[in-house]
Amino acid sequence: MSGIRRLRAAPAARPRAAAGDGGVLAKRHTPSWDEPTREVIDARVATADAARFLGPTQWRTLVALCACVVPQHDARARVPVAALVDGKLLDDRRDGFRDARLPPLRDAWATGLAALDADSRRAFGHPFADLDDDARRTMVERMQRGELTGRSWHDMPSDVFFAKRVLHDVCSAYYSHPYTWDAIGFGGPANPRGYVRLGFDRRDPWEPDAPPAGRARDTREDDDGR
Amino acid sequence: MAADAQHEPRGRNGRAPDVFRRGGWIPMREYPNDDEVDFAIVGTGAGGATLACRLAEAGFRVVAFDAGAWWRPLEDFASDETHQAKLYWTDERIVDGDNPLQLGSNNSGKAVGGSMVHFAMVSLRFRPEWFAARTKLGYGEDWPLDWREMWRYYTEVEHTLGISGPLRYPWGPKRPRYPYRAHEVNAAGLVLARGCEALGIPWTPTPLATLSAPRGDAHQCVYRGFCVSGCSTNAKQSTLVTWIPRAVRAGAEIRDLAMVGRIEVGADGRASGVHFHREGRWQFQRARHVVVAGYAIETPRLLLMSANGRFPDGLANRSGLVGRNLMVQTNQAAWGTMDEEIRWYKGPPSLALTEHWNYTDEGKDFFGGYCYMSQGPLPVVWAATQTSRGLWGDALVREMAKYDYQAGLKMVGETLPQERNRVTLADEKDALGLPVARVTWSMCDNDRRLVRHALDQMSRALAAAGASDIWTQDDDTCHLNGTARMGFTRETSVVDADCRSWDIPNLWICDGSVFPTVGGVNPSLTIQAVACRTADRIRALAARGEL
Repeated sequence: MSGIRRLRAAPAARPRAAAGDGGVLAKRHTPSWDEPTREVIDARVATADAARFLGPTQWRTLVALCACVVPQHDARARVPVAALVDGKLLDDRRDGFRDARLPPLRDAWATGLAALDADSRRAFGHPFADLDDDARRTMVERMQRGELTGRSWHDMPSDVFFAKRVLHDVCSAYYSHPYTWDAIGFGGPANPRGYVRLGFDRRDPWEPDAPPAGRARDTREDDDGR
Repeated sequence: MAADAQHEPRGRNGRAPDVFRRGGWIPMREYPNDDEVDFAIVGTGAGGATLACRLAEAGFRVVAFDAGAWWRPLEDFASDETHQAKLYWTDERIVDGDNPLQLGSNNSGKAVGGSMVHFAMVSLRFRPEWFAARTKLGYGEDWPLDWREMWRYYTEVEHTLGISGPLRYPWGPKRPRYPYRAHEVNAAGLVLARGCEALGIPWTPTPLATLSAPRGDAHQCVYRGFCVSGCSTNAKQSTLVTWIPRAVRAGAEIRDLAMVGRIEVGADGRASGVHFHREGRWQFQRARHVVVAGYAIETPRLLLMSANGRFPDGLANRSGLVGRNLMVQTNQAAWGTMDEEIRWYKGPPSLALTEHWNYTDEGKDFFGGYCYMSQGPLPVVWAATQTSRGLWGDALVREMAKYDYQAGLKMVGETLPQERNRVTLADEKDALGLPVARVTWSMCDNDRRLVRHALDQMSRALAAAGASDIWTQDDDTCHLNGTARMGFTRETSVVDADCRSWDIPNLWICDGSVFPTVGGVNPSLTIQAVACRTADRIRALAARGEL
């Protein structure tokens, strides 16, 4: 054990680059990116924050739902997460499995968004997108617990829809974007250069700093000054 | 990037893509559809490609079909989890049972090379006693194979894939040196090492099918960490860059973007060829023998879809066992946060492992075994892991911010064969009008006890390694086996020890479907070893005129 611990080095201390100007995207022209990767990431970053598949009402609901599931506080680095989910629906890009309690991808989303609106109206008198943050969270919590059971859900359990569609599709889209890679300290694409320094507290010069919020002891709770 | 690989077949006009050169080609022999070839092989993964290569090298005339594209990794693969979903079988499949499976990304490939194009490269041998699980360990079924014979085939596969591994493997009978030295263990793997050493159990650098030194046209691994999204450098020794180029050089034809929808069986009760969809139309390839190698979902699906008047319940199914005894492996994990930066995104995802609980039988309240290994999920997979425990909103974003400090231990656990766990045909149809597979899987009590033991052990190891905020991921599975088991009699199995159907003498099955039990290690090395043995048996039977 001691032999392993000895491999540790002092943590690197470097000011963390702000998302967007010094993060993963700044490596686009370095040996960490190859041409196929540039093509794919460029298209994702250029995604317009607008619907191409969903209708206006569905789109508003989806945008509000995304804001609830993956809140974005940094206005300079906003991920068009709803548009990425909408793109998945446009392409009908499936995952290779479908829980038997759910209809196919597009049908599940159409039903789920409409039902969330209908149940929001019943509970709060407004569609989901017009609710304040607390009311939205309340509705999502009820959905997660399977307590939304209005007729608009048909046979689809709201908890299964939430776990297998909402969380899966929204979070996959959100964490596919370079802005979120910067937020969590992921190095991003790495071909052909790859990495050299693999041990504890080791970082290649072309890797990002780790976000301070990620430190092991939770500073919000312990406030131990780490 | 050549996106057309998914729309226009590359293996035609007498040539095949050269996977080692951008835009490159190598010559490929082709067979007309009405030429009765010796073997039509359905699927080019660990089973099908290995067999195609070995049979072609033995002088047989072979055509192998794959529903997926024939990629050149150097020019077609991006360093991106989302884009690389193009490697997965994403056609619809319906999942149910008490524990509906997740398919696609973690266990189902759709490409020339099969799931090995995106496998995690972990290349382990079975524990010898697993080949006689019923007799020696009291559970499951015996295999009609002898472990000593398998040991020799494992060695052949390890050399074919240039496995990098430790000088001394801590468990099991003596084995030869691995052909390449072990990789440096990353911080995520060193967490496993610390934990095991604190608990007093052995660990080892993982035997991996990725190069630790240059080999032929491939250079060594650069530790970019996108292994399960496909290797852009060809360091990964998948079927795509090993068995398949060798098969083509030996005279096999590989047909990409060719979905086989039906096996034809004549009035004489023998298979006469396969119906396949390619370039927009259904075609028929004549063959003296048909081999099904589609992995444990597509294999039973094709056998069931090929039902006819003589075989109303599907081909090779007089035992009623086609589609039954589907075995996944339990893939639960313990996760925690370290004081040190771990940055598990660097290097192959599982650089260290312990097989202690595969080889130790004392102190267990369950049958079977498991190994556990270090992990390196990239952001999309890690987010899915976090949401699997119900996190969303600010709680999710806060957890994700700990990414660089996470470490985890993930099991590959044995599940028992159960007839109720099965693949059947649903009413729903796919784009070609073929019925989609319905996959039903439920854990049994033994499976749950095994998982409980593993979660407890992994959590203790993580804590001993210095992790805090430890939590367990209680619901994940990997790998697909069973559904066309091999055995000793026609009543209790689908194929014999040679992977030959009991019912149709010129129909063979060569993939993880034939496993009677699944063991506690990743199956790819064993699938390839069985395929090598099958090839040798076919050659021996042919020499005796018994083919």
